[in-house]
Amino acid sequence: MNIFERIEKIDRRIIFLLVAIAVLLPLIFKVRMEIPISEPVKKAFVSVDTLSSGTYILISVDYDPASMPELQPMYKTLLMQCFEKGLKPVMIVQWPLGLPLSIKAMSEMAVEYNRIASKEGKDTVVYGVDYCNIGYRPGGVAQIVGIGKEIRDYFESDYKGTPLDSLPMMKDIHNYDNFALLFCLEAGSMGEMYVQYANARFGIKIIFGMTAVSAPDAYPYLQSGQIIGLLGGLQGAAEYETLMKKPGFATMGMTAQSWVHVLIVLFILLGNIGYFIGRKKRRS
Amino acid sequence: MYNFWAIFGIWMAAFLTLAIFSFLYKDNPFYKLAEHLYVGTSAGYMLIYTYFLTIKPMLIDPITKQQQFFLFIPAFFGIIMLTRWFPKIAWLSRWSIAFTIGIGTGLAITGSIQGILIPQIKGTLIALHGWNWTTLNNLLIIIGVISTLTYFYFSKAHKGVIGKTAKIGITYIMIAFGASFGYTVMGRISLLIGRMYFLFHDWIPLIH
Repeated sequence: MNIFERIEKIDRRIIFLLVAIAVLLPLIFKVRMEIPISEPVKKAFVSVDTLSSGTYILISVDYDPASMPELQPMYKTLLMQCFEKGLKPVMIVQWPLGLPLSIKAMSEMAVEYNRIASKEGKDTVVYGVDYCNIGYRPGGVAQIVGIGKEIRDYFESDYKGTPLDSLPMMKDIHNYDNFALLFCLEAGSMGEMYVQYANARFGIKIIFGMTAVSAPDAYPYLQSGQIIGLLGGLQGAAEYETLMKKPGFATMGMTAQSWVHVLIVLFILLGNIGYFIGRKKRRS
Repeated sequence: MYNFWAIFGIWMAAFLTLAIFSFLYKDNPFYKLAEHLYVGTSAGYMLIYTYFLTIKPMLIDPITKQQQFFLFIPAFFGIIMLTRWFPKIAWLSRWSIAFTIGIGTGLAITGSIQGILIPQIKGTLIALHGWNWTTLNNLLIIIGVISTLTYFYFSKAHKGVIGKTAKIGITYIMIAFGASFGYTVMGRISLLIGRMYFLFHDWIPLIH
């Protein structure tokens, strides 16, 4: 049995082990790679960055723990950008299991920003005044359409049960017209619903931050101008972190990602060479 | 400073992660335990969410506190959905289903035409002037749309010009599948990176 025949019959558990090692080594030894910036991510970043202070931005957190490694870094970086630019982010959740994640990241980033702001003598951010989370409500498409008229028809209170009118920043906020942007963090198809109803019917500008699995489906919307920016998977998150000059989990993870990609390509090549050599031998 | 429950949570999450990963070696009771726990907790979580974020604030509270008695009508339609469990009166559930399908269809038709069909057709009507990269990209988009649509045209045999165009269409579809698969690999590896980071950062602090 030659080496290629052995490779053809390799135990899949050895491949799992090698993939695990390829992930772990760059993380432990902090190997860093340059992150080139793609046009869709740059457009997304610039669209948020050029908004004037005090502008409202709606962030839809539509994912659960299964998509956390890809979307949570995007969400955190976006929140930090909002706080630094003085924007007023309003979080809305379409996936019930996304609510704890949205609250956790929101609280962490507010604490982190306030720590930095206090050191630099800047204004700190306060819940209900500078940012808020109106939580999850069922309804899906009907709700997306309904928010176009009045947000209170579906969200009378925030995630804590505080009436929206009791939150100073929400007093004059009624529908999509009050938001400059809708940033959708998507692990499923809710983003498409926002495009079909919120953008097509009410004209709100949309940016997508998507899991890698869903990202290819969003490119037609980007090309047609229905969305103005797109962050795809961990790569998109890493690019956003790079643009923010705040390298975090995504930037670190991309090195491991690249190592595993090289390994997978290698396996595909070796597997095919082994297959063709084996076939030739069997035929002869 | 971590408290006891935070540490307990990390150990529990680490154990469950390893239990799920153990399936990669072979099926075993630890994997089964983790799998069943996941299904059970998800169902329980959804039940609590549905009650506290839907039924209570949108039905019980408005009826008991604001006397909005018209809400008994949607409540009735909701309850008769459950009649599917009882074959003799299961027909009642069709009223609710009809209502849901009616709304769904109405929304889907307007959404598809206004939100997908027209903007996507508009996105394909793009300029082809001058010799530059934009023109080449636009040309590729136009060829891709026409040839892919031709591939899905089954009213005529795929021979001659139609056959050749359909072949270009299938090539575009294959490239799209390849891109999707590449992205899917990236997505799955990202999840593995996330779990590895948790195990070797939060649980065993090897990654700093």
